[in-house]
Amino acid sequence: MSKGVLATEKRGMRELGAEKAVGWDVVTQGTLLYPFESELKDVAHIRPEERPYSDFNSYTATVASWRVVKPVYNRDVCIDCQNCWVWCPDTSIISRDKQMLGIDYDHCKGCGVCAEVCPTNPKSLIMFAEAEEIEDALAKWPEKKKKAK
Amino acid sequence: MAITSIKNLKEFSTVNERFEGAHLLCPGCAHSMIVRELMNATDDNLVIATNTGCLEVSTAVYPYTSWDTSWIHIGFENAASAISGAEAMYKARKRKGTLKDPDAPVKFVAFGGDGSTYDIGFQWLSGAIERGHDFTYICLDNENYANTGGQRSSSTPIGAHTSTAQAGRVSYGKKQKKKDMIAIMAAHGAPYVAQLAPNKWKIMAKGFQKALETEGPCFINTVSACTTEWKFNPKDTIHLTDLATDTLMFPVYEIINGTELNILYRPKNVLPVEEYLAAQGRYKHLFKPENKHVIEKIQKEIDAKWEYLQRREEARV
Ligand SMILES: Cc1ncc(C[n+]2csc(CCOP(=O)(O)OP(=O)(O)O)c2C)c(N)n1
Ligand code: SF4
Ligand code: SF4
Ligand code: SF4
Ligand SMILES: [Mg+2]
Repeated sequence: MSKGVLATEKRGMRELGAEKAVGWDVVTQGTLLYPFESELKDVAHIRPEERPYSDFNSYTATVASWRVVKPVYNRDVCIDCQNCWVWCPDTSIISRDKQMLGIDYDHCKGCGVCAEVCPTNPKSLIMFAEAEEIEDALAKWPEKKKKAK
Repeated sequence: MAITSIKNLKEFSTVNERFEGAHLLCPGCAHSMIVRELMNATDDNLVIATNTGCLEVSTAVYPYTSWDTSWIHIGFENAASAISGAEAMYKARKRKGTLKDPDAPVKFVAFGGDGSTYDIGFQWLSGAIERGHDFTYICLDNENYANTGGQRSSSTPIGAHTSTAQAGRVSYGKKQKKKDMIAIMAAHGAPYVAQLAPNKWKIMAKGFQKALETEGPCFINTVSACTTEWKFNPKDTIHLTDLATDTLMFPVYEIINGTELNILYRPKNVLPVEEYLAAQGRYKHLFKPENKHVIEKIQKEIDAKWEYLQRREEARV
């Protein structure tokens, strides 16, 4: 099988299906896709940023164009509870060393689950229109809501 | 085996993910929440087989794979057979001393939708459990054939609208009850059988770890809310799953060695099933006056099942 037919920059650069893919006649029974450039032992102990992802790994692709709305993250109110991390269906909450670092906008589909499960008041994740600038979104952050009696 | 610490979410979140983004499951799909959690629950090597269905189709879109593990797909119905073969080969090669890395811990896992588990792959799964292979089978139960447009399966509950059991002037949707797959699997004498839900992340992670650690065939039915076919807003996947467990539509429990039943989650306030039904488009028609009797029937069955589970838990049989 020819390797690297859809070779691209390491990640986030390509829209799925946006360029001419190899024909389906290339896909036969027994097709093998290698997620890494070289044999990797113990993947579970290698951080994503240190892995030699191959062009066949969906990590190198993006679904950003699926989004109509996007989650914006406000570090000021976040308590690093990791609710957003555990329930994101698209591995798009970047958490390292127990800290929430932000959103992986190459893989986030804008489902809104993270904002929904965020427990802080005001929320640390709020959905904004995809076109909204992050700074503008942060400037519009709501105040703490008073408890309704 | 090396299990990930799930003491609290902060610790859990330090694992290195092996299920990658840019798969093509719908936004808010619970399938990937469940798969991520299974893969994050251990740092052992994983060999995974997947039946045809939304998960398989969306995570192996040529030329991409979303799996940073050994992963195989053969056909709709045979992930249980494929994983049996992989496990048997692994054991044989270990015995013969032909493994490259014989000490590396490996776990064998199969995923299937309810269509491939309750219906089309039923005998294949039954065979693999009966043969006693050392693997964990996880059913992603979204109660319909989602990948092909939402046909009814034997897991679809009574009253649900599906593309092949439609609600309308002459029908209230599916007429038959949901098959009790957990009881069937427990009746095989499998060492660990459970029903788990992603909203209860810790109970689910613990159950996954238990199944992975248990030698022999384990079966787990997971509630997988399907935003497209259940018809609810993708942001509400976890909220809807809360309603599923808190109305007891999906009780969370395990059965060990076919007899020892433990209820793993008891809602503080059990909610009326209407709250769960009303949150989904597939049950919308049940709120018409002529279909009220179906809701009553569903509620009655939930109550009876809860009573039954509690009695079995007490009786230890
Ligand atoms: C033997 C066979 N029958 C039918 C199909 C078509 N098919 C592909 S995916 C699918 C639906 C899968 O439903 P389910 O197992 O519940 O998984 P879901 O997509 O809901 O996650 C069907 C019917 C097939 N691929 N092979
Ligand atoms: S919007 Fe959805 S996909 Fe994006 S980060 Fe939040 S939970 Fe993940
Ligand atoms: S859910 Fe909210 S508070 Fe918790 S880590 Fe995520 S952003 Fe921070
Ligand atoms: S149809 Fe349902 S199960 Fe399939 S990807 Fe969409 S939400 Fe998930
Ligand atoms: Mg299904």
